[in-house]
Amino acid sequence: MATKHHVVTRVNGEEVEFLCEARHSLLEALRETLGLTGTKEGCLDGNCGACTVTLDGRLMDSCLVLAVEAHGREIQTIEGVASPQGLHPVQQAFLEEAALQCGICTPGFIVSAKALLEREPNPTEERIRWWLAGNLCRCTGYDKIVRAVVDAAARMAEVKG
Amino acid sequence: MNDFEYRAPASVSEAVALLVEKGERARVLAGGTDLIVQLRGGRFTLDRMVDVKGVPELNQLRYDAAEGLVVGAAVPCYRIYEDELVAAHYPALVDAARIIGGIQIQGRASLGGNLCNASPSGDSIGALIALEATAVIAGPGETRSVPVEQFCTAPGRSVLGPGELLVALRLPPPKPRSGAHYLRFIPRYEMDIAIVSAGVAAVLSPDMSSFVSARVALGAVAPTPLFVTEAGAALAGKPISEESIALAAEAARQAARPINDMRGTVEQRRHLAAVLTTRALRGAVARAKGEQVNGH
Repeated sequence: MATKHHVVTRVNGEEVEFLCEARHSLLEALRETLGLTGTKEGCLDGNCGACTVTLDGRLMDSCLVLAVEAHGREIQTIEGVASPQGLHPVQQAFLEEAALQCGICTPGFIVSAKALLEREPNPTEERIRWWLAGNLCRCTGYDKIVRAVVDAAARMAEVKG
Repeated sequence: MNDFEYRAPASVSEAVALLVEKGERARVLAGGTDLIVQLRGGRFTLDRMVDVKGVPELNQLRYDAAEGLVVGAAVPCYRIYEDELVAAHYPALVDAARIIGGIQIQGRASLGGNLCNASPSGDSIGALIALEATAVIAGPGETRSVPVEQFCTAPGRSVLGPGELLVALRLPPPKPRSGAHYLRFIPRYEMDIAIVSAGVAAVLSPDMSSFVSARVALGAVAPTPLFVTEAGAALAGKPISEESIALAAEAARQAARPINDMRGTVEQRRHLAAVLTTRALRGAVARAKGEQVNGH
C-alpha cells in the first residue's frame, strides 16, 4: 500500500490535518478529503485557474501543488472569503454585476481578484486583466468580471474610508 | 498519477544522494508547473520525487556589484520581478519572469525549472543566454558550471547527468553602458507559448555611438534555444544605427531553423526572428542609455 503522509496545515485560519499519498494534489485533498468543494477542478494542467487558492498568501493553481507540500503552510480557499458579517465586497460585486454565468470559474476569479485588491487597492483595468490572465472564463467574455473587480475596489475603498 | 515516494531534503548533498539512488526514476520538484503536468499526462512514471524547495542554496537570490547575481534554481518567478536589485540591474530577466504563465504559475515556477525543462521556447532561457548566465550543477562528482547556451541538448533534454542537480544560475555583473531586453511573440497578450522569442544584450562604446559587443538568443526556432553568435558578431564595432541592427536581424533570420507546427509556420518564424531581434536590440540600446523600456 502506498505510504500515507500526515499533513498538518491551516485552511482558512483553522488548523486541519489529513492523510494523503504523495501523488495527491492539494486540489484533491481540499475537495475529496476535506470536503471543501468550492475550489473547482477545471483543466488539471495549470491553464484555467478554476482551482486557484492562496498558499502562504501567494496565488497558486492547487492542481499543480502536491497535498504533501501543504504541511506547515497557510491555505486560503473560496470558503474563507466571506465573513460571518456577510459576503466579501468582491463576492457582492460579482453577484450584483452578474459577473458569472455557469459559475465554475467564479471561485477562482474571486480568490484571484481578492488577492489583487489586497495588494493593489486601486488597479487599472489593464492591470486587472493582466492579473486575471491565469483565470479563464468561457461564458462571460470577461467584461462583467473586470467591471465587478473595479466596482469591488471602489466598495473596499469606501469601507476603508 | 502513479504513486511515488516524496522526499524533501534539506541540503544539496542529501538531494544528490536521493537522486543518485534512483537514477532516471527520480525527478526534481521545484514549482512543479511542468513536472506535475507531465507526470499526470503520463509522459513518464517515477519512483521518487525530490522536492528541493527546502534546500537553502536553491532558494537564494543574491546580488553583489562585484559578483553579480545568484538565482537559486528553485526561486519562483515572482521573487525575480519583485526584487528591486534584479529589476534595476537585470531588467531583461524581469521581462522573461513576468510573462511565464499567469500569476498562479509565477508564484511557483522557477527559472531553474524552466531551464531544466529544456523546452525550445522556454521563456527565461533566451534572457539568461543574453545575460551570460552559467548553470551551477552539483552531482555525485565535482560541482561544475555550464554556460546556459550549452545547457539544453534537445527538446526536453539537457547536460544534466544521472544524479545531477541544477543548484543556481550565476549572472555576471552588468557591464558599463550595457543593456538587455527580452521579447516574445504570441497570438494573445499573455498565457501562451512563444511562436518566437528573442533575448538580446548589448554593450555600447564610451561615447554611446557604436556597439562594442552584443549577444543574441532566439527561442522556438530550433530544437534548443539558440545562441546566435553571428548576430552578435555582425554588431561588434558597428555604429548604433538601424542599418547595423538590420545586419544582426538578418543574421538571426538566417540562423533560425524552425519547424511548422500549430503555433506558426517556418516562414512566419524566420520573419519573426528578424523582427524580434530588431525590437529587442532597440530596447537593449535604450536601456544601455539609461532609458526606461517596458517589457510587454
